[in-house]
Amino acid sequence: MSKKITFIGCVLAFAVILGYIEFLLPISIGIPGVKLGLANTAFVFLLYKIGFKEAFAVNTARIILTCLLFGNILSAFYSICGGILSMLTMLLFKKLKFFGCTGISVIGGIFHNIGQLLAAKLILQTNAVFFYTPVLIISGVVTGFLIGIISVILIKKLRSVNI
Amino acid sequence: MIKKTDIFLAVSIILITLIISTLIYNNKSYGDQVFISKNGEVIYNYPLSSNKTIKIENGKNILKIEDGYAYMVSATCPDLICVSQEKISKKGESIVCLPHGIIVEIK
Repeated sequence: MSKKITFIGCVLAFAVILGYIEFLLPISIGIPGVKLGLANTAFVFLLYKIGFKEAFAVNTARIILTCLLFGNILSAFYSICGGILSMLTMLLFKKLKFFGCTGISVIGGIFHNIGQLLAAKLILQTNAVFFYTPVLIISGVVTGFLIGIISVILIKKLRSVNI
Repeated sequence: MIKKTDIFLAVSIILITLIISTLIYNNKSYGDQVFISKNGEVIYNYPLSSNKTIKIENGKNILKIEDGYAYMVSATCPDLICVSQEKISKKGESIVCLPHGIIVEIK
């Protein structure tokens, strides 16, 4: 049990650091809301290594911590909306057992962006934000795929760690 | 861990999104009014045919309407995403400045 808690704590610290790296080196392509989201690697990794509950707890804590450290209330709201929607859809599609780790991550990437669009709709009170839907879906697929590949590598490298 | 279905999923979603959005985009006609709103309320409204430079909220964002296009010239926000967005001219297109809560929309 204590080994598991230590492991989860390490993953949380790792996720916060990934968030920090992306805060230092933002990869922006000029479209609001589009970024790699490296920290989501921690969620996908934990989802496959341990389980949904632990992954959910770590990712939620990660969002709160990174927003407290490097963000603001507004960015926290966007992150939480995107995060929760993507985590729940990833759980749903994982249960279907039709897609692998990368496919789940792709779905997570898409729904993360959709969650943020819905949050923007709530805050800005306009349907104009949905103009970005195609761009955000495609960027969600691309970033989700990259995060999925990184997670697969991580899962393979840490296969010997028994929790 | 990368299944064939994963690659199929990624490629098919990208293709479907591209096809649907091209279809929708090509059916859009050019707009005639520029609406500038702050937090959902319209604060300015100009015809797209006019040539104007508009200082939104004392210059927090500066929008230019020129030759039937509208685009953001400058902004005081840190990310400047709205400035890097494409010029807009068709109905439903928009420029969004999230830090200032400002939306420029063509109708």
